[in-house]
Amino acid sequence: MKARHKRFALLLTGVTVLGLAALLVINALGNNLSYFFSPTEVTENKVPENHVFRLGGLVEPGSLQRGQELTVRFSVTDNRNRIRVRYTGILPDLFQEGQGVIAQGRLGEDGVFVADEVLAKHDENYMPPEVAAALEKSPQDGVAGGTKP
Amino acid sequence: MIPEIGHMALILALSMALLQATLPVIGAHRGISSWIAVAKPAAQAQLLFMTIAFACLTYAFLVHDFSVQYVAANSNTALPTLYLISGVWGAHEGSLLLWALTLSIWTTAVTLFSRSVPAAMVARVIGVMGMISVGFILFMLFTSNPFERLPMPPMEGRDLNPLLQDPGLAIHPPMLYMGYVGFSVAFAFAIAAMLSSRLDAAWARWSRPWTNIAWVFLTLGIVLGSWWAYYELGWGGWWFWDPVENASFMPWLIGTALLHSLAVTEKRGAFKAWTVLLAIFAFSLSLLGTFLVRSGVLTSVHAFATDPGRGIFILIFLGVVIGGSLLLYSLRASEIRSTVRFNLLSRETGLLLNNVLLVVAAASILLGTLYPLILDALGVGKISVGPPYFNNVFIPLTLPLAVLVGFGAFARWRQDSAATLLRQLRLPLVASLFAGMAYAIWLTPYFTWGAALGMVLAFWVLLSTMSWVKAHMKPGELLNGASRGRWGMVVGHLGIAVFVVGITLTSIYSSEKDIRLERGQSYSMGDFTFTFEGASAFTGPNYDGYRGLVAVAEKGEALTTLHPEKRNYRSGMPMTEAGIDAGLTRDLFVALGEPLGQEGAWSLRIYHKPFVRWIWLGGLLMALGGLLAASDRRYFRLAKKARKTMEQGA
Amino acid sequence: MKKRFLIPFGLFAILVVFLGIGLTLDPREVPSPLIDKTAPTFELPTLHNPAATFTPQDMRGKVWLLNVWASWCTSCRAEHLVITDLANTGEVAIIGLNYKDQPRDAINWLDKLGNPYIASVSDRQGRAGLDWGVYGVPETFLIDKKGVIRYKHIGPVTREAVAEKILPLVRQLKGEAS
Repeated sequence: MKARHKRFALLLTGVTVLGLAALLVINALGNNLSYFFSPTEVTENKVPENHVFRLGGLVEPGSLQRGQELTVRFSVTDNRNRIRVRYTGILPDLFQEGQGVIAQGRLGEDGVFVADEVLAKHDENYMPPEVAAALEKSPQDGVAGGTKP
Repeated sequence: MIPEIGHMALILALSMALLQATLPVIGAHRGISSWIAVAKPAAQAQLLFMTIAFACLTYAFLVHDFSVQYVAANSNTALPTLYLISGVWGAHEGSLLLWALTLSIWTTAVTLFSRSVPAAMVARVIGVMGMISVGFILFMLFTSNPFERLPMPPMEGRDLNPLLQDPGLAIHPPMLYMGYVGFSVAFAFAIAAMLSSRLDAAWARWSRPWTNIAWVFLTLGIVLGSWWAYYELGWGGWWFWDPVENASFMPWLIGTALLHSLAVTEKRGAFKAWTVLLAIFAFSLSLLGTFLVRSGVLTSVHAFATDPGRGIFILIFLGVVIGGSLLLYSLRASEIRSTVRFNLLSRETGLLLNNVLLVVAAASILLGTLYPLILDALGVGKISVGPPYFNNVFIPLTLPLAVLVGFGAFARWRQDSAATLLRQLRLPLVASLFAGMAYAIWLTPYFTWGAALGMVLAFWVLLSTMSWVKAHMKPGELLNGASRGRWGMVVGHLGIAVFVVGITLTSIYSSEKDIRLERGQSYSMGDFTFTFEGASAFTGPNYDGYRGLVAVAEKGEALTTLHPEKRNYRSGMPMTEAGIDAGLTRDLFVALGEPLGQEGAWSLRIYHKPFVRWIWLGGLLMALGGLLAASDRRYFRLAKKARKTMEQGA
Repeated sequence: MKKRFLIPFGLFAILVVFLGIGLTLDPREVPSPLIDKTAPTFELPTLHNPAATFTPQDMRGKVWLLNVWASWCTSCRAEHLVITDLANTGEVAIIGLNYKDQPRDAINWLDKLGNPYIASVSDRQGRAGLDWGVYGVPETFLIDKKGVIRYKHIGPVTREAVAEKILPLVRQLKGEAS
């Protein structure tokens, strides 16, 4: 085999691998991103329909209800709007009313967010930056009902 | 007083590092041998001062000196002694100190074990490592001094993050850092070779055992981290594609590529420019990992507190080290002439393909890790990239690697013929197809093509490696040291087979159930019946908690009892400790959720995980392979020969 | 020099730009939307006398600081000296918001370290903190005579922040009409 052919074959292999990888990446990125929205953005219908996304905010104090078996309901608030959430499973250790939370799932037709994953923050002084940003975005003069002292 | 001594020692270590980073490098450039001679004592003195600094911080933890802010924030008097010691590296400042200490350990190791390398080269290597030391010690002194005093010492410290109060975590960071930092040796050799314009195969030979050992540590560190996440986080997963995990996995992938490409450069003198680039990348990604973890630019379960000041410092440091070395590379790489010829069908090509796949896999992980940051920077929105992305990209890219393993070992250097290769590999090829399919059909709960593919690949790696051993290795050779390099390859590749079995069977056949159980109620999962016998309160050294009692029966016969715990640390953090019954072919895993109602009912998470241990076992075998390869006597002989030629040439 | 050997450097340069931008996106750097808004109201018991209550309306006509602290917060200790010195200048009244704390622990803490606050209110549930957008301890708010938040400091107050931001702003706000 001539050197020129060899170079070409090697180059071709390299380009094929890269092309394949690019294809995989584009495909996977298109399907597996989850966007982050605050309760206000959800209320304002900024969320694409029937799409998995992450909802972040604070667990509204007094909103946690346990139902049958392991189903729980609670509301996520950004102090302006609130979204009701339903989740079946074990809540993370750090899940607490009044604390930051991120729930991943879909918005049901009844307006209840059905979460298949709930993440809570890991440290008393730490809040996921997305949650902090969601709270920062919302003007705080209209505090969600029930939290006013 | 002791913390001040530590602080002083740190400053002295900095001055040694400065000395080490300047005089020897200039000396090597100008040929001043007295300046070159400074390298070794300076590096050893740096280690001495770093050790003193580290000992001082450890002492402050042991005597509960809460006037030191770091000690007050990360320990208290109720903390068991083991965690007082591991608490030293439990948070930001201390783990940096450990990083810097590790770097000076590696540097000193270079001074001790490179007598065969020309003095000017060693001086440059130590100089480059000194520059990195300077950066890290400055970073510590300016932004994260572990010896900072509190004006008003508290009576009691806060506590070490309960997640970190675990024997696994006590050794995980040191292992990981030994790996991360160990790549600085290969990096320093590559930079030194470029500085001296001697980009021949010699630097590859010298740095190969170092890279091997660093890679072994990194492998062990990652395995430990994965194992720790499995039983400590209470989620039952062994890998989460968390940014911090990715930060350690990317250098591992590049390091693996580097191991293989160093072999080509050493043995055949080919891929010289590429190998230098990989050495730069491996260490750069280690530094980038540090940046990602420490600056808080990414959200992660590891969640270290953010501090933009620190982030900016590390970013500048990254820019200087990585940017500088890549610029140097762009200047020097064009001088390299590769005159080595090899055929398209040869071991060189196989290893090239291995490298391309590993690097592309690492790049796709880097992209997935940084993608949220990039979109956020462009103002597109806040997103997160989930595990499915990584699985969908990473698995297809690494499957061909497993296929290559068999061919690569058999293929000869320079050229081989397809007919010979096929003849040698016909038997393992057919046997693995048959065995893999048979396993997936008869020995699994139900057939899936994924399981068939995974098992065929695992058998392929196993059988092709075994037939290579049969064809090329004599029994008893393991002990004489001369062929440990090849045995290392064999063991490492067998590790891949074991690892693939673990991943395939765990990810396809695991069962998981979240369930509410009252006292006395049971749940059956396959052959196993889990009976919840209640949870009772108990008190630990620095926490209160509940310990559950779960009786497990297999096919009606009592097997074991598991004790999952729910702990509430007095520092205010809750923790879940899983109850695990470990076995070679399956793990049973029970975690306590939360109490439900008055009747003593709890929510429980139950897992059955077949072959999950094989994942870590595979990792351990790979590490063992690396260790064997590093201990090959050939390096010492080659090094001796190299010195002789050098002396004759001089 | 062949250009293709510059490719890695080029890619790295792009990466650095994004990492740099990423740093500026740090959540701590995001300005609070509460700035220039009327401070959220609350009425909470004071720490030393639970029978008495405090509300921000009590401070109308004065320039004051609300310092969010807790006895479990280590960085509050570091900050405490700075706060104490600031209180000793007598230039500005400081109210403490004791956040999610046990009153007993909090009082012990003040007994040990000194009490720079003219009053501390006890926010055991963290509800007032929620309204004020507190997402970490310590945080400090500067409120003007009209009851509007004019400045928010996230994290421990440093001497530089006092000298360069807080005191100048306090002096300026004192000159404004109420």
